[in-house]
Amino acid sequence: MSRDKKVEKKLKEELQGKKKRNNALLASPYIIWMAIFIIVPLFMIAYYGLTDKENGSFTLANIKLILDPVNLKALWLSIRLSVISTLICLLLAYPIAMILRSLNMKRSSFIVFIFILPMWMNFLLRTIAWQNILERNGILNTILSFLHLPTLNIINTSAAIILGMVYNYLPFMILPIYNVLIKIDNNVINAARDLGANGLQTLLKITLPLSLPGVISGITMVFVPSLTTFVISNILGGNKVVLIGNVIEQQFKVVNNRNAGAGLSLVLMVFVLASMALLSKYDKEAEGKSIW
Amino acid sequence: MKKFLASVCTAVLCASLLSGCGSGSNNNDTQEGSGSGTVYVYNWGEYIDENVIDMFEEETGIKVVYSEFEQNEDMYPVIEAGAVQYDVVCPSDYMVQKMIQNDLLAELNYDNIPNITNIDSSYLKSAEDFDPGNQYCVPYCWGTVGILYNTTMVDEPIDSWGALFDEKYSGDILMIESVRDAFGIALTYLGYSLNSTDETEIDEATELLRSQYPLVQAYVVDQVRDKMIGGEAALGVIYSGEAIYTQRENPDLEYVVPKEGSNVWIDGWVIPKNCQNKENAEAWINLMCREDIALMNFEYITYSTPNKAARELIEEPDIKNSTVAFPSQEVLDRCRTYQYLGEELENLYIEKWNEVKFQ
Repeated sequence: MSRDKKVEKKLKEELQGKKKRNNALLASPYIIWMAIFIIVPLFMIAYYGLTDKENGSFTLANIKLILDPVNLKALWLSIRLSVISTLICLLLAYPIAMILRSLNMKRSSFIVFIFILPMWMNFLLRTIAWQNILERNGILNTILSFLHLPTLNIINTSAAIILGMVYNYLPFMILPIYNVLIKIDNNVINAARDLGANGLQTLLKITLPLSLPGVISGITMVFVPSLTTFVISNILGGNKVVLIGNVIEQQFKVVNNRNAGAGLSLVLMVFVLASMALLSKYDKEAEGKSIW
Repeated sequence: MKKFLASVCTAVLCASLLSGCGSGSNNNDTQEGSGSGTVYVYNWGEYIDENVIDMFEEETGIKVVYSEFEQNEDMYPVIEAGAVQYDVVCPSDYMVQKMIQNDLLAELNYDNIPNITNIDSSYLKSAEDFDPGNQYCVPYCWGTVGILYNTTMVDEPIDSWGALFDEKYSGDILMIESVRDAFGIALTYLGYSLNSTDETEIDEATELLRSQYPLVQAYVVDQVRDKMIGGEAALGVIYSGEAIYTQRENPDLEYVVPKEGSNVWIDGWVIPKNCQNKENAEAWINLMCREDIALMNFEYITYSTPNKAARELIEEPDIKNSTVAFPSQEVLDRCRTYQYLGEELENLYIEKWNEVKFQ
């Protein structure tokens, strides 16, 4: 009997060992992928950002470039525009996600599909399309003047860039919120109503806290690409509105100073990481609260 | 921690493997190249009639490996690093000068380029501004920088850079998004050299460009074509090679080289010092100078050709006598080429340009 048990134990151990090896084997493509396309480039950015262009010695000069008033201004503008467009996305996306939740599965998945559909086309093309719409003799103004309404001149301004950001990144806000909202058990909400909470109270005390993880990941997915974009500002800003992404792009492409570009990228990364850390902290607190 | 170490090790391993592969295959390429008749060509995008490449391969039996770059500044680090060895490259004037100064170019052997006689001597003379003695560079295309304006949107014929700084055209101006060209315009308008090295002159130009900022609708390069064709703006700064195309699309457009003068630029073929197939490269340059080939290229890309024999062959009289493609000597006399100003001044210009745009 005891021998049988021993054999069984041994077999079990062997099986587990095999499983571990198999897991490692299965994970290896992912590890190699991460190493080549994430870790190595990050190290390269850090290396270039912290070394001198001329002699390759250690320096903080590339990081300090951010203190240049011109670069500070671009960074500040980027932060402002991306915060504004993240807020607009949030205000638009939350009600949409709520509506989607209230619909039956068939209809809501169709509407989600509609939201994702434009993403089948390249985002550059869609941004160039916006340029054609917003231009002075563009589609929008042609329609407006046909209706004898005053025309709109927002191309090459911050407003056009915010519009471009909201348009491009709105689905990234809707989907995570929607995904969290549909997982909330209806009984929880019904219980709140049973206990006398009105609609607003239910929203503020039940739905909103429970959906925070989705909101947080939505904010990250909109804020980070907005902060670092240079294409949207290029196309819709006419190079008159210059964001920090454009400054970095210029360092690589025009000035041919990789070290300065990498240094500024490191600064930008710090801002991204800081915002994510802040959000995740808030996220945890909220989760803690929602338990009690 | 162990996992982290493992992944770092993997990363290092992969990196070394990859770089190993890279250099290995490069060596193979060059060996193949030197032995079996290949030429590695590096040119601007959309800057050749692709049939010409096939014709070269057919006539000479030399295989062409053709690559493209978007701007001079993209090309330079590739040649400087020398990781990929190109045999023949087509940079612009000031970039040729920079490459000469940094000892990156090989002297041409004109015995292998007899068709050089097709090139108008006046262009060879202009090329001496950046390549004394024509030792390194054979002109391929050239053009001027000027104003493209929409005759229905201005009330007088435009003949001065001053129009770009005139409040009357506020919001109707498309300025060029290129450091040297923008400063070239401002410096020329102020009566200074567009290769100015004087800091007070550069500051004055910066002030002028800063005061222009509120009047500018957008800073663009390639987009100027479509925007001008669509009637988005009254005035746009443009390269002459694009002007013929835009005029075909929108007959209201007119191109002018302002009276204060402007930039005349030349793109030319050069051979990098580390090339492996110099004779093949010279055969390539020689073919580019042949009149029928130059004509094919001209008709395809519509940038002016310095090839006088090719110009004789142009059949359409409109194009042959076009003052846009072939400005008169009087116009050319007031145009200057850019010179490479050294890294320090180059950075100063970029810094000042940023001050203009970040307002």
